[in-house]
Amino acid sequence: MSRAEPGAAAAPVAARPPRAAWRLSLFRNEITTVFRRWRTLALLGVLAAVPLLVGIAVKIETSDGGGSFGTGDGGEGPAFVSQITNNGLFLVFASLAATLPFFLPMAIGVIAGDSVAGEAGSGTLRYLLVAPAGRTRLLLAKFASTMVFCLAATLVVACSALLAGAVLFPLGDVTLISGTTVSFGEGLLRGVAVAGVVAASLIGVAALGLFVSTLTGSGIAAMATTVGLLITVQILDQFPQLHAIQPYLFPHYWLSFSDLLREPVYWDQIGRNLGLQGLYAAVFGSAAWARFTSKDVLA
Amino acid sequence: MARIQPTPGADGHEPAGATGPSGAGRRKAVRYAVPVAVAGVAAATIGIGSALATSGDPDLPKITAQELIAKVAASDVQRLSGSVRVTTDLGLPSLPSGISLGGAMGKAGGEGKGKADANPAGKLTELASGSHTLRVAADGPDKQRVSIVERAAEYSLVRNGDQVWAYDSGSNTAYHATAPKNAPGPKNAPGKGKGRELPDGLADASPQELAKKALAAAEGTTDVAVDGTAKVAGRDAYRLTLKPKQSESTVGTIRIAVDAKNGVPLKFTLTPKGGGKAAVDVAFTKVSFDRPSASTFSFTPPKGAKVTEGKPGGDGGHGKGRLPAAPGTDTASAPKTTGTGWATVAELDAGKGAGGGMGAGGKGVGPKGGAHGKHAKDAEKLLDSLGSKVTGSFGSGRIVSTRLVNVLLTDDGKVYAGAVTKEALLKAANSAR
Repeated sequence: MSRAEPGAAAAPVAARPPRAAWRLSLFRNEITTVFRRWRTLALLGVLAAVPLLVGIAVKIETSDGGGSFGTGDGGEGPAFVSQITNNGLFLVFASLAATLPFFLPMAIGVIAGDSVAGEAGSGTLRYLLVAPAGRTRLLLAKFASTMVFCLAATLVVACSALLAGAVLFPLGDVTLISGTTVSFGEGLLRGVAVAGVVAASLIGVAALGLFVSTLTGSGIAAMATTVGLLITVQILDQFPQLHAIQPYLFPHYWLSFSDLLREPVYWDQIGRNLGLQGLYAAVFGSAAWARFTSKDVLA
Repeated sequence: MARIQPTPGADGHEPAGATGPSGAGRRKAVRYAVPVAVAGVAAATIGIGSALATSGDPDLPKITAQELIAKVAASDVQRLSGSVRVTTDLGLPSLPSGISLGGAMGKAGGEGKGKADANPAGKLTELASGSHTLRVAADGPDKQRVSIVERAAEYSLVRNGDQVWAYDSGSNTAYHATAPKNAPGPKNAPGKGKGRELPDGLADASPQELAKKALAAAEGTTDVAVDGTAKVAGRDAYRLTLKPKQSESTVGTIRIAVDAKNGVPLKFTLTPKGGGKAAVDVAFTKVSFDRPSASTFSFTPPKGAKVTEGKPGGDGGHGKGRLPAAPGTDTASAPKTTGTGWATVAELDAGKGAGGGMGAGGKGVGPKGGAHGKHAKDAEKLLDSLGSKVTGSFGSGRIVSTRLVNVLLTDDGKVYAGAVTKEALLKAANSAR
């Protein structure tokens, strides 16, 4: 920062545009690095395939019996699955509910864990640091690009599910889980909101992964640690004996996105979820900053 | 290999002189203090927040218990909507694995339907244990809605005029019944907008219903007092405490928070005499007395949903499937009672299959014996694991006890149940003979 200070002090107006553009270019650079990797594209491809698989499975399951899935045998399947045959839009919600516990955060864990440690492992981090950008800004760019990936991954699942749902099942007025019927347009709008909440639910994992990534010089180690932490926390979230700490575990309110499908919308849990993700972002983001800006980069 | 160290000026704001080894160490410590501070501030905020939520009793003018009861009785709130938190810990005996209480209850109702059924009777038993969030809305005496908020699903019960719908989004099933149009009437249910004839019993889980029942049972047998004030769901409220005078009762205290403005009971807490956690705790977490939107009460079953038709007015078990919240006060379903007030003991002739329905306080015993024979053996086994054997001049039987309700099942098929001690139950059984 101090490098640009004299110029900024002399002509603040003139100095601003290049600085903003510069900042953006670092971010843009990070985004292209993330999205040009084959592993990123493969992850997105797998995520896009999940709704397709769910849709086809439901279609096959219901095509011979003719009845609704999940009502015949008395058991309740995964969330929203029983409504898919009547409205393809529910494939979006079912797919998000199916991928949110592991698939999506795992993908985020891979990207976030790799972000700093991967560069350190391949020896490119030192070149990034040689550029006069400052570590804080580099870290911010990395975190921002990870969050863009959160959104992209969620949208890939949602869009693929919407496409598959539209092809395989009828669309139309949506019966919310409260039993209230709304128009398809409003249902779609709620679907967009759901995707937004799901993407925001992943911020906690992203921050955690970024922090882990600053701790080690090995990308694989960082990814494995992040995904391992995710699984551990998910398991902890299952034990009823641990109910005292569960409200503070980042996946605890993940399924709260379904509260957007109630009428009226039940905001309590969504608010808690977003607050918790913000808290994780603040704590682990600042921890990552503390670590990254004070460590010696050896590779 | 040369180390790339953080450039001092690039990120921090320290002067160039502070770059010695000790300066770097201090800077590192300062940086690591940031996440710790963030976490600390968050923890403190959470702590202070919950402390604020529990304290801060509002300052309200003094009121006597009689005035407060009158206020509740005169309360004429027809419209409300909000969220209700229901926490029940009845201390039901834990069942052998594989047999869920809900399943046993469903079978006891003689309906033989599994989980994939939106029948309200089965849902009630879910409320009998654990914590649940309910969302309620009412607009006048013939428009009500109660939904149980579940994980990624919802169970809704909607009443609009004479149409009663139940919808379970988890299994995509619906239940339909017609209520007699003139049934609820403001005469039966003054001011609380919850019809007594509603064939669901779910409406009875609201703080209002529970409070009214408790107050109805209070006369003569109860110490009633006003015990300060409280804040419930952001509203100022008086706290009313009811203590049964009768020593046989297992009910320790009932606390009811009554809205200071309009007399609506906002919170109902029942603590058993044995102490410990409240057995029943029902409270509004959010409440609004504005008119809910009309669409709240409209329901059309979605395409493809399986609809079960109920008999008009609800069949068999529904009326009896009430929450076992205020036992002994539930006059609507008590078949034959002995004792008065809190010490009321209900006596049922359950025939052979006495086992199935005792779970939730003996009130869920279905009149239809159809499924009972089949499950009699299971029930026998179940009972042996649950009850303790007792004998008396009535013969012999088993006593199943929970924190609140004791149930005596005699070997000749009689069931005695009540929120009374075991001794009182045995006495009632002996004197009935």
